[in-house]
Amino acid sequence: MDLIRSHVMVCGGTGCSSSGSMDIIKEFEAQIASHGLDKEVKVVRTGCFGLCQAGPVVIIYPEGSFYSRVTVSDVERIVEEHLLKGRVVKDLLYYESIEKETDTLKSLDEVDFYKKQKRVALKNCGMIDPENIDEYLAFDGYKALEKVITSMTPQEVIDEISKSGLRGRGGAGFPTGRKWAFAAASKSDKKYVCCNADEGDPGAFMDRSVLEGDPHVVLEAMAIAGYAIGADQGYIYCRAEYPIAVKRVQIAIDQAKEYGILGKNIFGTDFSFDIEVRLGAGAFVCGEETALMVSIEGNRGEPRPRPPFPAVKGLFGQPTILNNVETYANIPQIINKGADWFASMGTEKSKGTKVFALGGKITNTGLVEVPMGTTLREIIYDIGGGCPNGKKFKAAQTGGPSGGCIPASQLDVKIDYDNLIAIGSMMGSGGMIVMDEDNCMVDIARFFLEFTVDESCGKCAPCRIGTRRMLEILNRIVEGKGEDGDIEKLELLAENIKASALCGLGQTAPNPVLSTLQYFRDEYEAHIYEKRCPAGQCKALLSYKIDPAKCKGCTLCARKCPVGAISGKVKEPHVIDTSKCIKCGVCMENCKFDAISRS
Amino acid sequence: MKTLAELEAIRKKTLDSIVLRKEEEGNTRVVVGMATCGIAAGARPVMIEFVEELKRRNMTNVTVGQTGCIGVCRLEPIVEVYVKDQPKVTYVKMTPDKVARIITEHIVNGKVVEEFTIGAAE
Repeated sequence: MDLIRSHVMVCGGTGCSSSGSMDIIKEFEAQIASHGLDKEVKVVRTGCFGLCQAGPVVIIYPEGSFYSRVTVSDVERIVEEHLLKGRVVKDLLYYESIEKETDTLKSLDEVDFYKKQKRVALKNCGMIDPENIDEYLAFDGYKALEKVITSMTPQEVIDEISKSGLRGRGGAGFPTGRKWAFAAASKSDKKYVCCNADEGDPGAFMDRSVLEGDPHVVLEAMAIAGYAIGADQGYIYCRAEYPIAVKRVQIAIDQAKEYGILGKNIFGTDFSFDIEVRLGAGAFVCGEETALMVSIEGNRGEPRPRPPFPAVKGLFGQPTILNNVETYANIPQIINKGADWFASMGTEKSKGTKVFALGGKITNTGLVEVPMGTTLREIIYDIGGGCPNGKKFKAAQTGGPSGGCIPASQLDVKIDYDNLIAIGSMMGSGGMIVMDEDNCMVDIARFFLEFTVDESCGKCAPCRIGTRRMLEILNRIVEGKGEDGDIEKLELLAENIKASALCGLGQTAPNPVLSTLQYFRDEYEAHIYEKRCPAGQCKALLSYKIDPAKCKGCTLCARKCPVGAISGKVKEPHVIDTSKCIKCGVCMENCKFDAISRS
Repeated sequence: MKTLAELEAIRKKTLDSIVLRKEEEGNTRVVVGMATCGIAAGARPVMIEFVEELKRRNMTNVTVGQTGCIGVCRLEPIVEVYVKDQPKVTYVKMTPDKVARIITEHIVNGKVVEEFTIGAAE
């Protein structure tokens, strides 16, 4: 394979895989072989490119042509035109990558989606073959581990990480260097390094993408952490719902062991470090640090009170550090490029970049990485392309079930740990769900609370019973049975649960309710006092009506109604029987005369 | 088990094979016209010779690309060379034999091989 002149990079992340990228790879290989190009063109399966909305994504180098929504039947044309004859197939390119006025191609980093991004944790995602350790090595892989083991003391490593200002990317934002320092100071002959890959927030897939696209970076960082605190064993706790990530991490571990990068006497020194993968069964609470460790030990995943903190007494009763996947993904570059380089990005108290999983009512669903301090407006509009179908942006939910909603009035807040807390939300692990004018905020709060009620482990009463009571009140409100005093009851319950729940899951569970109450109290009041849902989402509060003046009696609505609630003669105005109506809205969508309204 | 030196060797070797994914500023680009006219006139052996010759010389800072019909089909195979901050140079009626001279004189030493250019042919 000496003649390779072109690389066809096909996204093999979960998003693109589920829309068929594995078949596309096979078709590329077959077509390339049948055109006799197999000695000069190489097909590489990579991790996530980020723009999942446009998947399956294929990038062809050296041109850097960005093909989007590729189908198996497109492959023949791409091979014949682009690879054989050198003509980029413009109509299959991502539409944004063509400069409209001049009809020329833009380079990838000029595309709006990528322009404002800065890829640090995702540096190698989409650039390397995650199942090939050599490619990771070629992009400076394991250089940081080499530097640490051969030329730095453990204390110097901890100082460097502390100086960089890196904070935990799992959500709480605890300074990573300080966490390591605590564990290093604990005296014990056995210590552990754990990686939290139990990404459970609805809509979040940052950690999955790192593990799928660049698994070695996590192994390297864990080994560095092991050296810094004096541990020789690591565990990656990954949810079993991430089969591709689990497989690639295991391949990476095997390759690293084969090369002697993990195992006994790494690089011929007396430092030894090994990593094993443990699968989580999908309980949300197992992402909480104490519950996670209990689960690794083989017991039922339930949290325990802290202190003692894991740095003193963690896994198997030994000093342990637990960091999130994305936190680890930053470590090797901090060692290689220096703490000052890392600290030069971001805001005063939040350094570096943050990966967000953009989802919901947004044009460019996908994975984005931006420097801390980027405004929500830049993420939603400049990178995300705004809400689709010209709808108005209403709020963005960050931090998952533990976070809150950021309303349109706060779009210009610079995103970092402290600013998000100040406006009633939190960074969380990085899920960002966008909502437009059609979303009912009471219903959103109800959705997240329903999630935490389901996922509560039941150990402590405030979380087990308190969140259920809150959910019951919210259910009543959206069903039109809200009463005066419900809002005050919700607030009281929320404050008490926050103050008394055992672990982070319970303490933060009321946040979605509190933040929507803070910014959208009027919507709660409309539901309770006027029995009206301003967004038109809560079915119990809706009624459909036909305007007799506009109805032409075409009978279309009556034929479309799934429950036969509409009656009327041909060419005479129709009527909806509200006792039969299930408020599905089909009649309104189908009416050609705008005669049906919702209130 | 690999030593540090062996790892470094793997790094270097792999980097050479994947360097074309890095969009480095300042890389020299060789673009071969590969439309039907170019292929019929023998563009493929020319392109392969470029790739092989660059590989032999370990010149990883040059990428070889393809393009469609450049328009002067009678002068195919046509090769365009883009060196940073310099005007594009178009070589015409290319053969594999001419490749080594273009790499040595133009790309390495910065001296355009005038006699192969479109200016000389016209």
